[in-house]
Parts: sequence; C-alpha cells; structure tokens
Amino acid sequence: MIDFTDVNILPWLIPVGPLLAFLIIAVVTNRGKATPADQIGSYGHYTPAYGSLQVGVVSDFGRVASIVVGMAGAIWAWVISWYVAFQAMGIYHFGEDTIFANRIDWMATGLTSFRMGVLVDPLTVTMLVMVPLAVTMIFIYSIGYMASDPRQARFFALISLFAGAMLTLVVADNLLLLFVGWEVMGLCSYMLIGFWFEKRSAYNAAMKAFMTTRVADVVMLLGIAYLYFATGTLSFREILYNKEVLDALASTPALIFTGTSAAAIIAIFLIIGTIGKAAQFPLHVWLPDAMEGPTPVSAMIHAAAMVSAGIYAIIRMYPLLEAGGHPHSGEFSAPLLLMAVVGAFTALFAATIAVAQNDVKRVLAYSTISQLGFMMAALGIGAYIAAAFHLITHAFFKALLFMASGSVIHAMEHGEHHAHHAAHDHDDEHGHDHGHETVPAVMYDEHGHPVAEAHDAHDAHGHDDHGHHFDPQDMMNMGGLSKRIPVTWITFLIGGLSLAGFPLITAGFWSKDEILADAWLGTKELFGPHALVFFLLAIAAFLTAFYTARQLCLTFLGEPRTEAAKHAGLGGRRSIVSITMQLPLIILAFFAIFAGFVGVPTDFPILGGIFSPNGIVFKEFVKYSLIAELRADAPPFDWIPVLTSFAVALGGLGLGYLMYGRRPLTAGEPDPLVRILGPMHGILKNKYYFDELYQIVLIKPAQAVSAFVADMIDRGVIDGILHLIGRVSAWIGDLAKTFNLWLIDGVGDGIPMGIARFGGWFRKLQTGRVQNYLLLAALFAIIIGMVFAVSVGAAAN
Amino acid sequence: MIPIWLYLTVGAALFCIGMYTVMSRRTAVAILMGVELMLNAVNINLVAFWRYGEQLTPAGGAVIAGQAFAAFVLVVAAAEAAVGLAIIIAVYRNWRSVEVDDVDLLRW
Repeated sequence: MIDFTDVNILPWLIPVGPLLAFLIIAVVTNRGKATPADQIGSYGHYTPAYGSLQVGVVSDFGRVASIVVGMAGAIWAWVISWYVAFQAMGIYHFGEDTIFANRIDWMATGLTSFRMGVLVDPLTVTMLVMVPLAVTMIFIYSIGYMASDPRQARFFALISLFAGAMLTLVVADNLLLLFVGWEVMGLCSYMLIGFWFEKRSAYNAAMKAFMTTRVADVVMLLGIAYLYFATGTLSFREILYNKEVLDALASTPALIFTGTSAAAIIAIFLIIGTIGKAAQFPLHVWLPDAMEGPTPVSAMIHAAAMVSAGIYAIIRMYPLLEAGGHPHSGEFSAPLLLMAVVGAFTALFAATIAVAQNDVKRVLAYSTISQLGFMMAALGIGAYIAAAFHLITHAFFKALLFMASGSVIHAMEHGEHHAHHAAHDHDDEHGHDHGHETVPAVMYDEHGHPVAEAHDAHDAHGHDDHGHHFDPQDMMNMGGLSKRIPVTWITFLIGGLSLAGFPLITAGFWSKDEILADAWLGTKELFGPHALVFFLLAIAAFLTAFYTARQLCLTFLGEPRTEAAKHAGLGGRRSIVSITMQLPLIILAFFAIFAGFVGVPTDFPILGGIFSPNGIVFKEFVKYSLIAELRADAPPFDWIPVLTSFAVALGGLGLGYLMYGRRPLTAGEPDPLVRILGPMHGILKNKYYFDELYQIVLIKPAQAVSAFVADMIDRGVIDGILHLIGRVSAWIGDLAKTFNLWLIDGVGDGIPMGIARFGGWFRKLQTGRVQNYLLLAALFAIIIGMVFAVSVGAAAN
Repeated sequence: MIPIWLYLTVGAALFCIGMYTVMSRRTAVAILMGVELMLNAVNINLVAFWRYGEQLTPAGGAVIAGQAFAAFVLVVAAAEAAVGLAIIIAVYRNWRSVEVDDVDLLRW
C-alpha cells in the first residue's frame, strides 16, 4: 500500500488533481445541448458564419459542474503543493542532503532501467509556491471572464490539462517527464490560443504558436537524446547534482562541432528549446499573437505556465549550461554566452516594441518577452538565484497585469454595449451609479450563476448594425477608467509598478535589482557579457517603466476618450463576474508587492536588516538546489546598481507620466510618441516587421516548397507510383478474373452441367414401357449368363 | 428312358414362348400369362433335373428338393397371379384399360 502521507510520495499527487479534473470535465460534465448557432451570442466577440447550424452549447448544469470540478482540481493541487512546500521550508538546508523524491522503474532499457519520478528540491518548492497559486487565481478569474462563453466547460477542461501539465513539469525528476509536460502544454496552448477558432486570426495565432514552439522543441528533444546518449540517464539529481558527470560532460568533445564539449552542445540544444517556449528572439513571434486567446489563457501562458516553464527548464539545467565555464570569474561557456546575448538583446528589443503598441494586451505580451529576456540574461551571467527570483515575482505581477487587462477589456466591452443602449434609451442615467444600472445585464439561472450576458449577443449584432469595428483592447479608446473600475485600477497600478520596478515597495524592483547587481559585479571586473547585460537591461528596464507608465496613463487617467470608456464597468459590484474577476487581482496584488521582500539584499540599508538579517531569504533557500561548487555568494552591496534601478524605474515612470499623465490625451489626439520618434514609431509599431520578414523568408518559401512538394512529389511521384501500383493491380486482377472465369468457373460449372446432361440422357431409359425394362433385364441376364458360362468354362479348362 | 435334353428343350421352348409373350404383348393379362408360362418352364427343368439326378441321400432318405421347389413355384405362381390380376383390375378401374403402355404416370 502506498503511503500518501509520506511527503516523498505526495508530489506525485500534485498534478493528478488538475489532470483528473480535465478527464472528468471532458468525459462527464461537458454536456451540451444543440442550439442554433445564431442564438448563442458570440465566441470571443465573433459571430460564427454558420448561423443556422446546430452547435453544442454547454448546459447550465454542465457549466456549473465543470467549474466546480475544475476548481476542485486546482485547489487540490494548491493544497498539496503548499503542504509539500511548507514541509520543505521547515527543513534545515533543504536540498543539500534531504530532498523529497520518489521514483519508479518506468521502462527497462536492457541491463538498466529508465526511472521516472518526482523530485522536490528548493527550486521546485519555489515553483510549487507560485504555480498553483497563480493557476487557482486564473481559474477563479475564468469563472467570471468566460461566464458568457458557450464553451466554458471545454475551457475549464483545457486549462485544467494545462495546469496539470505544468505541475507535472515542475515536479518531474528527469528531463523526459519534463518534456512530456512541456509538450502537453504546447498542445494546450495551441487549443487555448485557438479557443475562439471561429475567428480566423485566432486559429492562425494558434497554429503560429504551435509551429514556432515545435521547431524549438525538436531541437530540445535532440538535446535530451544526446544527453541520454552521453550519460545514460536523464535524472536531474544524477546529472546536475553530480560534479563528476558534469565534469565528464564538459571534457568530452561533442559529436558535432568537435571544438566544443558535449555539455555545450546539449546545453545549446536545450536553450533553443527554451528560446521557443519562452519566446526569445528570434522565436518570439508567436507570443504577441497568442493574445488572440481568452485573457485567462494569456495569463496562464505568460505567467503561470508556458513561458515560465521555458525559463524553469534552463534554470533547472543551469549546472549543465555552466559546465566547463565559471561566469563569476569571467569564464563563459558557449551556452552561457548564448543566453546572455539572446536574453539581453531580447529584453531590449521587446521593450522597444512594447513602447509603440496600442493594444493593452500586446504591450503586456512584449513586456513578457522582455522580462523573460531579463531572466535569460541573468542566467547567462550566472545569476542563477536572481533568474529564479525574477521568474517568481514576474509570474505574480504578470498574471496580475494580464487579468487586470482582461478586466479592463471586459469593462470596455460592457461599456461599448452600454454606449449603444445609452444612445437609445438610457440617456438620463449617465450620472447614476454604474453598478445599479447594469445589474440586469447579467441573467442568472437557478444556481445563481450568470448564464449569458445580453450585451454579448448585442455586441455581435451591434458590429453589423453600426458598420464600425470597435476594438475594446485599444488603449486609444480608453482613458479615465480609474473611476469606472477602481479595484482594477489599483491592482493594475500595483502590477504595473511592480513590472516597472518601482523602488523599494514592489517585488519587481527587488528581483530586477538583484539581476543588475549580479551584472554590475562582473562589469566592475570588465567581463564583456556582464557589461552587455548590465547596460542593455538597464535601458530595457527604463523602457519598461516608460511603457508601463504610458499604459497606465492611457488606460486609466484623464477623461474617457470614447463612449464605451465612459460607460465601462464590470456589471455591478456584487455580480459574480465582478467578484470572480477582481478577487484574484487583489490576492495577486498582495504577492506582487510582498513576494519581493524575500529577496532583499542583506546589506541593503535599513531594509536589509529588517527582511534578511541572516542572508537573503530566497537565496539561502534556493541555493541548495546547486552543488556546493556552483553556489555563488550574494554580490556585495553596491550603490551603482541600486541607483541605476532607482533611476531607470523612476525615470521611466516619470517620463511616461510627463508625456501621458500630466496632460492626458484627449479623444482623437495622436500619440505624442509618433511625433517624437517619427518614422521609428512605425517600425516599432510594426514590431520591426518581423512578422513580415518571416512571412517572406520562412512562410512564403515554405508554402512554395509545400506547393511544389504537393504538386510534384505528392501528386506526381507518390500519386504516380500509387496509380502505377493501382493499374498493375487492376491488370493482375483482370488476369485473375479471366482465369477464374475460364478455369475455375469452367470446372465448377462443367461438373454439374455434365451431370445434368448425363441425367438428361439417362432418363430416357425410363420409357414407362414395362417391356423395355424387361428386355433390358433379359439382355443383362443373358450377358451375365454368358460371362458366367465363359468364366466357368475357363476355370474348368 | 427319354433323354434329359428333350425335357430341357421343351422347357427352353416354353420359356422362350413365355418370354416372347411377356415382351411383345401389350395387354397386362397376356403378360401375366407369359409369366406363368415362364414359371412352368422352370418347373419342368426343376423336375427333370431332379429325375435325372441323385434321388437318395447318403443316409438312404429320398431327395425331394426338385419336387418341393416345383410345388413352391406353383404356389407362388398362384399367389402372383392373384396379386397380378388384382393389380390389373385396379389399373383397369382407373384407366379403363389394361394396356401396360397406357399406365405411364411415373414416367419422366
């Protein structure tokens, strides 16, 4: 009997909850009833073209049951994860001698066997604290955000699978299991980005995400295969916590590019996997398009799961990446250099694009790419702890920001609907409390659950009726929302300040500061990569603060620039939508501030003494994930990186406020950036034309090759061969048929026909004349007599 | 003593006459009469062979097999005639004819 109270075995159970939830929802509770498609409102503000078709719409019961099951799965994972995490935190020097691990023989491979298992070390613990919390918040948020979607049950099934895969990845003790979770997440992201697949742009985005990450995943799989070939194991503990294996890998020449070591090639392969998953340059293109999915999915992908998994994987593999180099003394292995350069470049590159975006979610998407670049660059210069720390804090504030932006979008859609109504019959209610007048917009079923919001149906028709397209995500359409949705405004502000790294009180400040401190340490010693990382990240951080300020000001400050913004709201303070969409924001806002205080440098004036008198809490905990040789000391306190952090954060925020906040844009006024940046603005707005470039360089040729292959190879050669085989077969068949007709049928028919003919002849004997019979009898009697006589005569002789 | 071949010749002649009658006549009654002739030809042969063969058993008893056979044949012939005539009468009732060619109901 398995002892589930054993904390070594418990981690197995963490992913089980969401995975079970997925199964149950998919198999049992996702029950729909056929409804004509034109009566169900819209899918993500897109009315399907197949109006009269019957489509499955989840029943009210199925909807509620699916939510309950999904939430149960998420909370299951949360409870067990935190239990395990707190058990681990209670152990002195957890990770050095004690870890929670359990393995089973999964597959016999000749003399040895491949073992699968779970591993909880300090790094896993940090993820176990962050992931289930963020996931649960996203689940709660989805209840409100997807309340009017006809496929909410399906959504919960997929997002449960997504969460299950992420948790599998986190507790995996080997690369293969990690890769399984990795790929399942790839699948889920595909299905969730394309959740509103009636919308052409959504399924294009889904395909783009899937294809882009697939390219990287193949390379990563190569790396895994090579690692297994080189070491005979994929277990993290056996490879990464084992100096001999690491040294052996670092000193073995690689099979290809023999100038480098096996460790370097494997590491580069794995990093390429991460570049795809964590959307680093040049495979960043899928992430902004992933905004086509519902906003909870964006939060899931950008914060809790997908991209974090990419960074988590390389943080996890860090000892291997570093093998053969020593970044703290200026010796860089090739993978580290690659990460430093790609990460720093991506951080800056994506930040510049984010500056010129007007879509509230796209700004955040590019900021995610940029922040992931921070982590990648941090890891590239050996700042293992800083990268992990930023991963956690970023997850909190980015989940918060995404959900807050979703809340903004929801409010804008609401306002858009209301603006149309106001034009007809609500003119007199402008001054009233918004919550009061919008309560009827949500209809409740007998469970007290909102089943459909009238505005959705209206929205779909509204577009057609009025012949104009309103983009609820465009920040130019917003303004002044702080008065309409104050909870969202405050939480968005907290998330934004954390993202911008507002000094001292936000989590983002401490994690970014730690990266910069590590980078400055090397810069002082004139290490090239450190300097590159320090300066690029400083500029990127400045831009981050700037575009965050721009976003906050454009969205929330000033006067509403459209009718929709004027009427924006979440449907009443007490509505389910409002509560479920804002409660997670408040909880995450708490973490977006306080999560940072576990990473305050010890010798930081005043605060260091309060929060980390015995060394940085986070660092002292996580560093035992590494073998002793790799544990670096915390950088000594230095005013330069701290002041840089202060300067870039406050400078960026200040500049943003000066441009957008002091005198907010009025309706129809162009973005002042357009004037300042001139033609550069167009380039940034169009993301350096990367999509167009890829369109020309990769997609067009790929399509041409595909067309060629389809035409020549497929239709010509393969079909030709098939046709030839077909024709030969037909010919052989004809031959066999002829043979059959002639011989087999000839014999088969011939025998009965012969018998029939014989019978026809033979029956003529039956004349019916007694004399004939007698004559024959006499004749035979005479013959027999003669034979008898002759034979007797012969015998006598 | 009259040589045996004379008896056999008479028997053979009688048999041939009977057989010819059976083969050639179409009336069932005549056919029956032919059959009687053939049976009696056989009887002649039986009795003739008995007369010219061993008449005593080694134990000194009389051998009467030929006569006994002849007597059996007579009885059987009588029975046959009775059954045959009965059939002929039954046929006549149905067909109003005793011509054997007319009775061809079971012919193909």
